[in-house]
Amino acid sequence: MSEPAICCRGVGKVWAAGTERAHEALRGIDLIVEDGEFVVVLGPSGCGKSTLLYLIAGLEETSAGEIAAHGVPVTGPAPDRSLIFQETSLFPWLSVWQNVSFGLSLRGVGKAEQREISRQVLFRTGLAETFDKRPHELSGGMRQRVAVARALAMRPKVLLMDEPFAALDVQTRAKMQGFLLDVWRESGASVIFVTHHIDEAMALADRVVVCTARPGRIKDIVTIDRPRPRDPFASEAVALRRKLTELLSAEVDRAFAEQENVAIA
Amino acid sequence: MAVLITILSSTMRVFAGLGLATVISICLGVAIRYFRLIEHLTLPTITLLAPVSPVAWLPVAIFLFGIGNGPAIFMVFVALFFHMILATITQIDGVNRNYINVARTMGASKWQIYRRVILPAILPGLLVVLRFNLFGAWMVVLIAEATGVGFGLGQVIMMARNTFNPSLVFFTIVIIGLLGFGCDFLLRQIQRRILYWLPNRTAGLADV
Repeated sequence: MSEPAICCRGVGKVWAAGTERAHEALRGIDLIVEDGEFVVVLGPSGCGKSTLLYLIAGLEETSAGEIAAHGVPVTGPAPDRSLIFQETSLFPWLSVWQNVSFGLSLRGVGKAEQREISRQVLFRTGLAETFDKRPHELSGGMRQRVAVARALAMRPKVLLMDEPFAALDVQTRAKMQGFLLDVWRESGASVIFVTHHIDEAMALADRVVVCTARPGRIKDIVTIDRPRPRDPFASEAVALRRKLTELLSAEVDRAFAEQENVAIA
Repeated sequence: MAVLITILSSTMRVFAGLGLATVISICLGVAIRYFRLIEHLTLPTITLLAPVSPVAWLPVAIFLFGIGNGPAIFMVFVALFFHMILATITQIDGVNRNYINVARTMGASKWQIYRRVILPAILPGLLVVLRFNLFGAWMVVLIAEATGVGFGLGQVIMMARNTFNPSLVFFTIVIIGLLGFGCDFLLRQIQRRILYWLPNRTAGLADV
């Protein structure tokens, strides 16, 4: 397959366009994500990185430019591009397996087959014992794992992740990163992972896309080709962390300055 | 025996009015959000009529239904209907966007989103609304009955008033209180059954 998994050309987004409250979230994003690649989008809060995911997922329309998934223009949401949210988005009225098979049930897959696929996916993700549980009985980390399992049940080609581990404590987060890498390797899907966390980006990414403060543009793309799991204290890691920190902190300063200007005006 | 008939007839009116108001207002509320056209056709009128006191509907109730069960049920219905529609719409608007977006990314149609996501998501809120309106229904049914429906607790209160019988007034008040309490208890049990997914402690009041 020669077509890249995701291809963004000159993508821009203006929220509430044409009104007084219009503001530009993204400008001129050119990004190509290859099949099976793990790309992390790193940027300060409010730089429009989540917006980019929503656009790629097809939940929102672009204001400029175009996005193609495997060569096909994105015009709306599609099951092969799964989005995983920061906050728990499991349906509390469904059990874990019903959550996992929700997408299948929308397609009219039979009950027995739904159960079977859920069982397999939950087994593969190490969640077999949660099969009949309800979301409120699970910890935050477990819920996010179920959310990943739910996305996997759709056999996505692209996993879009919007700060999925941001609400978790540090230890759980490290575990979840290992879990995600396993899932990624096994599924062969491309991952676009949004975060503002430098260590997370360094642990996960093939390439780190650093975004500027609003409007979000691509400031730099850093390739990391060290084998995983990566030692966060290796000498290359320290140099890389310094580089990413510098790239990012300039943008955080700019974002703060801008907010102060808005506050004064 | 007479006490029993009185109590039963009032209770029946409360439940008939409440049931009608619930079913129709939820259906219409969902339809208003589902079809833009229905929203434009009905919502302004509904918002216009919502602040009108149920007492103002009393003459209308009598014109339309004469004397009997009809006007009392209509009064209960009319007192709850408009608020419940607005509450349903508020509930729909308050559904967590993530739930809807998850369903959308999985390829759900609008109909599937309403049936599989929005309906279960608003159910806890709707049951809370229903509980509050149950008390409203008990208040209104007395006003309706006081105007000469023939029998019912409202009639008893009016009779007690006309015969200067305070002990009968307070006796009736106690009965109404107990009935309201009993109905609320019943509704809470139903709520616990339907909302099996909420932890017991917060049944109905937790945000989903």
